[in-house]
Amino acid sequence: MKRHLPLALLVLTAIGVQQLTHATGTAFYLTPLTMAAYYSLVIVGLCLLMGYAGQISLGHAGFFAIGGYLSAMLTTRDLTPYQDNPVLVLLDKLGCTVTGQDMFGGAVLHVHPWAAFACAILITIAVAYGIGIPVLKLKGHYLAMATLGFGIIVYRLVLASPLFGEADGISEVPAFPLFPGLAVSGGFESRVSNYYLAWGMVACAMWLLANLIHSRVGRALRAIHGAEDATNAMGVNTARYKLNTFVISAVLAAVAGIFLTHYNGGIGPSEAGIMKSVRYVAIVAIGGMANLWGALVMGSLLNIMSLRGMFGSYDDAVFGLILIVIMLFAPRGLLGLSLPQGLKRLLKRGE
Amino acid sequence: MLLEVNNLNRRFGGLQAVSDVNFSVHPGMIKAVIGPNGAGKTTLFNLISGALPPSSGAIHFKGLPIHGLPPFRIAERGMARTYQNIKLCPGMTALENVMIGRHCRSRAGFISGMLNLPWTRREEIAIREKSLELLALLDIADLAEVEATSLAFGQQRAVEFARALAMEPELLLLDEPAAGLNIYETAEVARLISTINQRGITVLLVEHDMSLVMDISHEIVVLSFGQKIAEGTPAEIQHNSEVIKIYLGEDDA
Ligand SMILES: Nc1ncnc2c1ncn2[C@@H]1O[C@H](COP(=O)(O)OP(=O)(O)O)[C@@H](O)[C@H]1O
Ligand SMILES: [Mg+2]
Repeated sequence: MKRHLPLALLVLTAIGVQQLTHATGTAFYLTPLTMAAYYSLVIVGLCLLMGYAGQISLGHAGFFAIGGYLSAMLTTRDLTPYQDNPVLVLLDKLGCTVTGQDMFGGAVLHVHPWAAFACAILITIAVAYGIGIPVLKLKGHYLAMATLGFGIIVYRLVLASPLFGEADGISEVPAFPLFPGLAVSGGFESRVSNYYLAWGMVACAMWLLANLIHSRVGRALRAIHGAEDATNAMGVNTARYKLNTFVISAVLAAVAGIFLTHYNGGIGPSEAGIMKSVRYVAIVAIGGMANLWGALVMGSLLNIMSLRGMFGSYDDAVFGLILIVIMLFAPRGLLGLSLPQGLKRLLKRGE
Repeated sequence: MLLEVNNLNRRFGGLQAVSDVNFSVHPGMIKAVIGPNGAGKTTLFNLISGALPPSSGAIHFKGLPIHGLPPFRIAERGMARTYQNIKLCPGMTALENVMIGRHCRSRAGFISGMLNLPWTRREEIAIREKSLELLALLDIADLAEVEATSLAFGQQRAVEFARALAMEPELLLLDEPAAGLNIYETAEVARLISTINQRGITVLLVEHDMSLVMDISHEIVVLSFGQKIAEGTPAEIQHNSEVIKIYLGEDDA
């Protein structure tokens, strides 16, 4: 029961905020709010990995980008030249393609967003296992460096590859019709439905993750965090548990990437950048590491502020600074800090 | 035979920490491994529990080879251990630490955990009840909700003991269970080991406290510089001249 209280609060807040924007005629806020919801999806997944399983990843923007870029590429590339390719014929028969018109009225053939979604998620899972199996054997700084390396590779790949639009990224990504009546798109008329879709997904993710951390598996993850050897000797397949958690958080990042890309109608290389990964880590840290709700609250607030341009051109610098300050003064996160104590610590350090 | 150790060797660089050790453990007994500091007792436990791979040699548990298996596989087969320097999970309560011990006796996975299915909820309740029972057996039920690593030393030993018992092992390895305890607590531990042994758990223990070892064990293996120098009943060991020499030091002998 206790577990459902914050969830109910989340749903009520989401509804309240939408009603407020409606009543005050500030519906334009729904766009950053929707985008912040998708970023929060990455952040709560990373929180599970970092805060509970105790494994850092400085490459999660890479998984976000894998999802977003694959979906964007598959749904925008014209496949007409390959029409007779047997694979494409099969896909066509399975209903995995859509035909449309380009801006000159010529016929074009694309992969259906659902097929692109499935493909992007499968590839994300494969990459996450492929990276996770060797890399999760490392600990501490070594793991941080290795995941950073992965993030850099993804970034350089999308930046260098014409398939992914090089420095321009991919634009004109179509809407993603989830089911009749609801499509992921940034269109004016679907602003409210997309706001609820995004926050509904966050609520679902929170429900699943909160259940997980209170389960036998969550207990094992926290135990791995604290005493890995002893936990293994207790019958926990620690390598597998860390790996599964890594994959779950990667999939959440990829789903966020896919949905946000269709919502924005495009994706650019900055989404794959190292600063994005650092930002996600900074937000998990400020939320209190092992605190899913803290990560969600901090992630939503900071991302909304950032998306509204409140940090100006110092955006990335702000998140770098947050990371330093949190590590120095409040390693248990901002919400885990009692203010007087924090001030005392600050003063003591000043002496 | 519950446990069989054959020609077991473990080297650390040039150091032969365990050297051609052979012994076996019958089901139902309490067997002790003694020896001076650095004799290789903890290393022997690490080899048996899978924390370290042997350099050579074989270990059979319930008739099947376990050398080379990861610790969690060995735990699943019914072996539990405690540590000389206690290894509890920080940030978790005493109860949660014991509940970890139930891991290998329960089965909720990632999917069922995320969906919080009715059977996983029932399983959680059973895990909690069993763990509370064990805390009560060790007289620390009132500490269930206290963070385990903030407890007094003796209480931490008790939590670790409860955690190992939660696994319902057939073989329990205890590495110096009385180290750092006062004489009352040591007597308590001795009583406890006998109790759980009477309940059918075979015990292999390393201990420094001679009176404890002589009181409760059925058989003793003596290690020195990695080698087994004697094996027998407490009475036999007490009168073994090699053992006396080691324990009293050659100079005084
Ligand atoms: N991981 C290790 N690496 C290197 N040397 C070790 C390691 N573990 C134990 N040793 C050495 O092996 C010898 C036996 O140690 P140990 O098994 O802890 O002895 P005991 O438990 O009997 O006191 C000691 O000399 C110790 O320094
Ligand atoms: Mg030792």
